[in-house]
Amino acid sequence: MSLAIAEGELFVLLGPTGAGKTTTLRLVAGLERPDAGAVWIDGRNVTAAAPAVRDVAFVFQQYSLYPHLSVYDNLAFPLRSPARCVPEDQVKQQVEAVASLLDITSKLSNRATRLSGGEMQRVALGRALVRNPAIYLMDEPLSSLDAQLRAELRLELKRIQRDLGATILYVTHDQVEAMTMATRIGVIREGRMVQVGTPREIYERPKNVYVASRLGSPPINLLPSHLLPAPEMPAGTTTLGVRTEHVRIRSATNGYRPTGHVKWIEHLGDQNHLHVAVNGHQVVTLVEPEATFGVGDEVHLDLTKPLYFNAEGERLEGRP
Amino acid sequence: MAEITLEAVQKRFGDFTAVRSSSFVVRDGEFFVLLGPSGCGKTTTLRMIAGLELPSAGQILLDGEDVTFKRASLRDIAFVFQLFALYPHMNVRRNIAFPLRCQGVPAREIRVRVEEAAALLRIEHLLDLSVSGLSGGDRQRVALGRAIVRRPKAFLMDEPLGALDAELRALMCGELRALHDRLKTTTVYVTHDQLEAMAMADRILVMNRGVIEQCGSPQAIYARPASMFVAAFIGNPPMSLLRFRSTLKAGVSRVGLNGASVEIPEVREDVGEIDVAVGIRPEHVRLRDEATMRGRVTGTEYLGTTQVVTVTTEHGVLKARLAADVPVEIGTNVGLTFTSERLSLFDVASGRAIKTALYERDRNG
Repeated sequence: MSLAIAEGELFVLLGPTGAGKTTTLRLVAGLERPDAGAVWIDGRNVTAAAPAVRDVAFVFQQYSLYPHLSVYDNLAFPLRSPARCVPEDQVKQQVEAVASLLDITSKLSNRATRLSGGEMQRVALGRALVRNPAIYLMDEPLSSLDAQLRAELRLELKRIQRDLGATILYVTHDQVEAMTMATRIGVIREGRMVQVGTPREIYERPKNVYVASRLGSPPINLLPSHLLPAPEMPAGTTTLGVRTEHVRIRSATNGYRPTGHVKWIEHLGDQNHLHVAVNGHQVVTLVEPEATFGVGDEVHLDLTKPLYFNAEGERLEGRP
Repeated sequence: MAEITLEAVQKRFGDFTAVRSSSFVVRDGEFFVLLGPSGCGKTTTLRMIAGLELPSAGQILLDGEDVTFKRASLRDIAFVFQLFALYPHMNVRRNIAFPLRCQGVPAREIRVRVEEAAALLRIEHLLDLSVSGLSGGDRQRVALGRAIVRRPKAFLMDEPLGALDAELRALMCGELRALHDRLKTTTVYVTHDQLEAMAMADRILVMNRGVIEQCGSPQAIYARPASMFVAAFIGNPPMSLLRFRSTLKAGVSRVGLNGASVEIPEVREDVGEIDVAVGIRPEHVRLRDEATMRGRVTGTEYLGTTQVVTVTTEHGVLKARLAADVPVEIGTNVGLTFTSERLSLFDVASGRAIKTALYERDRNG
């Protein structure tokens, strides 16, 4: 695997459990040794260097705080390590700056154990942020939090990264985190990098069926190429990739020929999924909350610029 | 088949009240979800239904029979914990058969019932395999098989999917609901995950700090939250709450926000001058240049098909779900319009919803 992360970038490695994301992160940190190849940080070959001298900060999924220390002392800990000998007034300055960045100034004198889960994770992030290393390595730092907290910290982490201009290598299996936070995403599968690009590139121009089906909610519909007319379909297409924005659904009343019927509507609250049966296949799309389709309605489907895949699963460009 | 009734059930642990006087009915054949944050009392409530805890006050009825003090093992209810616990040294068939063997059911009948359960779960082809080689999803199915083979009156499930990763969880949600549709056994399911609750439940009971906040269909809870807690707990992102001071009385259908006049569902009660929060779902917000209600864009989250835009207004922060191709720049001043008939109003002091036309409209279909 070859990969270059630019300074100031939030690079997200996205993949399922066992794809090799965490191993990659640990190779950069120096917690694992590569069997072959080299790791460079800031122009230095660190392949043989010990973790401590690589100038990286690691944030784990489980907030590993020192329970007997206050929030302040937890944040100050990395600065007070004998290898650094930062003067105490400078420690104070840096800890307070990070605390205000993370909005935990009022908690500084609390014991680490007297915090909510979200506060603990912010302290764990803070302990990495006080150090100003060459690169931050984060391994699913939000996955142990509940949905709302995760959403808040997602925005916060992105803001902090922007404000500090920090370089972050971030590992997750959560496509929402990848889409919303990343400068660039690397989609990884079975130890190989499948595609690298901005969230928009990966979503709109996936390299293959695998990448296309990792992103998007509801997931992309993969349909045989003959199921619905697609005027720009290139030769060699066997599969159509159809997302919500690639299909226009109209009620089959005003002269529109019925191509399918509504099987059911899944009310997931903010996202209502419309399931349409088309010739034995199922097309699932998002529907606007004001849409008025009912179960059993005959509908007409038009495709607009869907994705085209060949028999090997590689994406083909549409004919102009 | 079973109907479960709780009447003024309460549970105290020393000075701490885990569940305050709670009454509700789980209907026969219903998929009923107890939803709330950790510590809200949902698991304690489930354990009282199972007979693993005794209530400090109140009554629990199972099909009309008072089982409040009946032993757990005599209640004919299957309690499903984290679904992972399988016996590694037994094959799939023996794992599923285990509860029947313990009951001393004759071997012939065990064979029939195990195969029936396996057919329901579509794992007949796995019956003679060792459980150690199974995928995560198949292990879950085997564990479920062990619960359904008993043919209990009801299933009680405590966060059974909590340990799974997101993809498998979504898949198992669908399967659990499909299984319920085939068996139609009364199920009480505890979770803190609103997506699981929305995807599976016939009705949801939302709990907070030992108190029932609301009980209703997923759609009702989403569209007509009874309290600010429910409004902010349900939805991803949740309902935005903009706060202001206002005098509300029956017949009012506009409020002043940020110097703009915003249309709301007509108010149906006199509440006087109070602190009010207007609740707005992200999908009921649109950006319109000419709108008088203004705010500043402070965040955008690209999600492919849609994007979530954060707008900071004088009255609080608002989330909008828009199509991904709507151009939005951080830092710009934008005008906001709302799907006015869908807005909720709350009394900030009590947290309760204020009666408006929203409730009547939807109740009539």
